[in-house]
Amino acid sequence: MMLSCRNLVKSFSGFVATNDVSLDVEKGRITAIIGPNGAGKSTLFNLITGHIKPDSGEVMLEGRNITGSPPHKVCGMGLARSFQRTNIFPMLTVYENIQSAFIAHGGKGLNMWSVSEQQFRDETAQMIEHLALQDIAYSIAGEVSHGAQKQVELGIALAGEPRMLLLDEPTAGMSAQETHESISLLDRIAKERGLTLLFTEHDMDVVFSIAHQIAVLHQGRIIATGVPEEVRRNEEVRRVYLGGGKH
Amino acid sequence: MKASAAGLSKRIPWMLVLFLIAALIPVIGSRYYTFLATDIIIFAMFATSLNLLIGYTGLVSFGHAAYFGVGAYVCAIFMKDLGVPFLAAWLLGGVGGALFAAVFGFFCVRLTSVYFSMLTMAFAQIVWAICFKWNDVTGGEQGYPNVPMPSMAWLEWIPWIGGLRIDHKFFYLTLILAALSIAAMRRIVHSPFGRMLTSIRDNAERAQFNGINVRLYQLIVFSIAGGFAGLAGGLFGIFNRGVFPDFCYWPKSAEVLIMTILGGIHSFWGPSVGAAILILLNQYIVSYTEYWPFVLGTILLVLLFGFPGGVVGAIIDLFRRLRSAARGQR
Amino acid sequence: MAELLDPFFLLGQLRSGLTTAMFLFLIASGLSLIFGVLKIINFAHGSLYMIGAYIAWNMTVILGRTSIGFLGAVVVASLSVAVLGGIVERLLLRYMYKRPELYQLLFTYALVLIFSDVCKYIWGTQPHSVSRPPLLAGSFDFYGVRFPHYDLFIIALGPLIAFGFWVFLNRTSYGRIIRAAALDREMLGALGTNVASLYTGMFVLAAFLAGLSGALVTPIKSVVPGMDVEIIIEAFIVVVIGGLGSLWGTLLGSLIYGLTLAFGILIFPRFSIFAAFVIMAVVLIVRPWGLLGRPMK
Repeated sequence: MMLSCRNLVKSFSGFVATNDVSLDVEKGRITAIIGPNGAGKSTLFNLITGHIKPDSGEVMLEGRNITGSPPHKVCGMGLARSFQRTNIFPMLTVYENIQSAFIAHGGKGLNMWSVSEQQFRDETAQMIEHLALQDIAYSIAGEVSHGAQKQVELGIALAGEPRMLLLDEPTAGMSAQETHESISLLDRIAKERGLTLLFTEHDMDVVFSIAHQIAVLHQGRIIATGVPEEVRRNEEVRRVYLGGGKH
Repeated sequence: MKASAAGLSKRIPWMLVLFLIAALIPVIGSRYYTFLATDIIIFAMFATSLNLLIGYTGLVSFGHAAYFGVGAYVCAIFMKDLGVPFLAAWLLGGVGGALFAAVFGFFCVRLTSVYFSMLTMAFAQIVWAICFKWNDVTGGEQGYPNVPMPSMAWLEWIPWIGGLRIDHKFFYLTLILAALSIAAMRRIVHSPFGRMLTSIRDNAERAQFNGINVRLYQLIVFSIAGGFAGLAGGLFGIFNRGVFPDFCYWPKSAEVLIMTILGGIHSFWGPSVGAAILILLNQYIVSYTEYWPFVLGTILLVLLFGFPGGVVGAIIDLFRRLRSAARGQR
Repeated sequence: MAELLDPFFLLGQLRSGLTTAMFLFLIASGLSLIFGVLKIINFAHGSLYMIGAYIAWNMTVILGRTSIGFLGAVVVASLSVAVLGGIVERLLLRYMYKRPELYQLLFTYALVLIFSDVCKYIWGTQPHSVSRPPLLAGSFDFYGVRFPHYDLFIIALGPLIAFGFWVFLNRTSYGRIIRAAALDREMLGALGTNVASLYTGMFVLAAFLAGLSGALVTPIKSVVPGMDVEIIIEAFIVVVIGGLGSLWGTLLGSLIYGLTLAFGILIFPRFSIFAAFVIMAVVLIVRPWGLLGRPMK
């Protein structure tokens, strides 16, 4: 088991955002968390990655207890994540965005003597090719298209050679074409690198096309888990949620 | 992919060129120009150290003058009261600046934006108040006058410089030490650490998820910047023939801040350019009118409304536009 | 040492501290208001205060040293500064709202530089002073301690204005809009409120208070270059202690600062310069949003 959440609870000033959530994510598999807006998906991610501390419950990563560990430690243990609102380095070029991630993960962050431009050139070039970003490699990241920015963000996350990737609404704001490309890319990368993928999504087509396992979140509670067919047939899920496509 | 002009500009060793041009000033110019050049070089160093914080890490410090002042006092006191040779005293000034910055920085980096800025200013004012009141050590309100010129005997060895007057010798001393310091800062900025700083500036949260302990990095750069400011202060104390509390006073912080922004925070040489422009402009305007603050304020307004990228930013912009116009015409 | 504990002496210090506190409150409330709603730290607030003082002095020269003359001077000064504030906001400040904080601060600092020299140009560098209006020129004598009427007037004015503010913000619809603007500007714009005019109005009100404060301080302090910087630093400390954006916080901060200064000087004569900044630093370290402010995320 790659990731295990046990009985996570979190409230904000009386509002229960996460209500006794338990979740197991298998190694090497793609798991999706679906649920309407406000269901608590981002909060759950924040609890896992240490951005906020749970009121009670545990998070175990490959058997190690990481509950409440700060983000920069959690990421050092092989977990990487992307954010709902694209989170890149807007004033750096695409190339520099990815290169800086390699520098950070490569432990060279405190090196004040070498030339940063010469670090990890091969790795950066490879990643850029992998993500088909060659055309815009030297453009300022803040100025490229939204879809491209998401790719850049993926590149930053992958630079750390994580064993598990958390993606918060990876296709939000993308056109149908971009979504399709992005999802195929994700699927391919996950298989090539043996990554465990956990992502949240709105788009049903996306979810059912690549997820091995689905968990349904509603008002902070998990109301169903299982393989896609099971979830599709689940009465409560149908009642509460299914039927929507892209909003 | 890069136009040839930009490629060419990367191959010219700018630092060396500037150094050589500067070295010619006492030869070509009068005593007055040498005096101005010394002033400019010291403040270029000071402003560049501030830009490590503002332009590269996104930390807006309003109290940078504190470390400038600390460096000045430490260097002067060690030289005059304790008889320490200049180079050691000067380095100690830098250490003093860095230490103070480390202590103050520890508290400051826990805050963000407005609160960070205000705390940096509050600490600077406290340093000023101490300098102002601690008569025994710092000379209090009267300041610490008659800081001795460093013994520049070793300069005698250089064939032609040895025969120069004191001012010119000090100019060369300043030029060499400032060049070394600025080169060091340049090295840092272009290093992996420097890249981490810009990533923190652009998106601290993302940097954190890359495994960077943001606060630690901010504290480190804050201390380094304080150290270089202290080194600049040490030189200025000698140049000024005395160290005074107003080295730490907030208008000094404002002055160096304006220089940095005037030149442009997004380039390494911006602050140096800003220092040169401001000092030269000041000298010029002050000879015509006593209303220098008014002129400065107006320049600031023009800058803020018209040229947010500073002078260097505007020049770079101009080049880009010319280049794309040229390309468009082909 | 015994005289220091003399209750009547202390009473005199109390009076002095309260007066200082109330002047600070008038200025700092405007500063806090601008930060709370417009999200801008206005260095130039001290300049507006100084301009108010200069205009008031100028008007007393013209109108004479009568009580009516003084009243007229205060009114003209406050209104003039209010108008000036409106002009600055409309023509310049509004373009700064979307810029990074650093540039906003530099902008207000540029105004400080400009206003300071303009005042020097118009009114010179000699200190000017205004005598108290005859109506308030007397004083109570309380067991040997003087209580000038003017000081009492100021001390009473502070809470009055605070109360007026409170009523305005909490009991009028305009006030409700302002409180909403402080919380979420975009939402308000979406609701159809003319946010731009609202902002101008806020700045004008704050400027009015600054001008009023400057005009009223003339019988107590001499009008001299540098008073802009002196007051703005103190106002900042007050606002930080009380909490940026909180009205009652500003009042509390003013009281704390004014009284600490008045009594602190007795214990540590060298105290004053130091104390203010140490208090400010301590507050920022321990509780950055001040005593009554709202924690910013």
